[in-house]
Amino acid sequence: MTRDEAFFEFLLRMGDNTLILGHRVSEWCGHSPVLEEDIALANTALDLIGQTQMWLGLAGEIEGKGRSADDLAYLRDAWDFRNVLLVERPNGDFGQTIMRQFLFDAWHSLMLGRLMQSSDTRVAEIAAKASKEAAYHLERSADLVVRLGDGTAESHARMQAALDDHWPYTGELFLSDAADKAVAEAGLAPDPASLKEEWDEMVTRVLTEATLAIPEGAYVHKGGKAGTHTEHLGYILAQMQWLQRAYPGATW
Amino acid sequence: MSTEWPLWEVFIRGQHGMSHRHVGSLHAPDAEMAIKNARDVYTRRNEGVSIWVVKAADIAASSPSDKGPLYEPSQSKVYRHPTFFDIPDDVGAM
Repeated sequence: MTRDEAFFEFLLRMGDNTLILGHRVSEWCGHSPVLEEDIALANTALDLIGQTQMWLGLAGEIEGKGRSADDLAYLRDAWDFRNVLLVERPNGDFGQTIMRQFLFDAWHSLMLGRLMQSSDTRVAEIAAKASKEAAYHLERSADLVVRLGDGTAESHARMQAALDDHWPYTGELFLSDAADKAVAEAGLAPDPASLKEEWDEMVTRVLTEATLAIPEGAYVHKGGKAGTHTEHLGYILAQMQWLQRAYPGATW
Repeated sequence: MSTEWPLWEVFIRGQHGMSHRHVGSLHAPDAEMAIKNARDVYTRRNEGVSIWVVKAADIAASSPSDKGPLYEPSQSKVYRHPTFFDIPDDVGAM
């Protein structure tokens, strides 16, 4: 694997995480429990899709085959997507959505903070812009996790169930493969494993305040980063891509 | 127990303005959430640099039925407007 191949792979992972999570969160539009949350979730989704444009735009540039961010988003098949499995998990109830968001936001804000030191200025600039958005996402999702976890008996039970469901999917965020090692060696991005300790600390602090118990099991669901996805991704892509597939090049 | 969150009035100071202006209202369980919600509902297009929220129930307002006694007496008192002074040109825009 050349340096640029590893770099391309890394950029797809960043862009696909934000694309798929952005799409998932956008599914709440018009369905949230209250109007204010509806708007807040739509804002988060739009932030993530905006970041996708930057990551996938740079990915296309590095690949050098003339593919745009739109081409990468709309014309790839499931096995070419590189997002972690966590972000394609179904929304479930509001608590499950917020828990997934929190677990991702905690990783995302740490990752972007480190990427601001990237040896590639384009990566550092995208990270600087995105990190302000991610910091707000984290503030909001952490706050809601505490409120709901330490809320009523009903909300506590739902948040604990959400945490138990999502927890085995968080490990994939910190796994390193050959591409990760190559970009780390080039100083383009941190080794994912190096974020684990800080993430554990941050997540433990919030979950403890939320009176939630961190699951014991160490099993890690993985595969998304290498293109092996759950069945959920196919449904997301079917909805997201059908228009460009049915009417190639359609614009408005 | 009421299941509806209280109503909050939102005031935002714009990029160029000097005072906070009322922009609308929203529902939230407490002041902290009200500020977060205001950020998402009212500052999406770069409208603000500062947010105030006030519980709508805490605002005391004048009664519309009192508008005769409250406001009409000033209508016939034009001398209260500072329009009878000659303003020197070098003062510039007032």
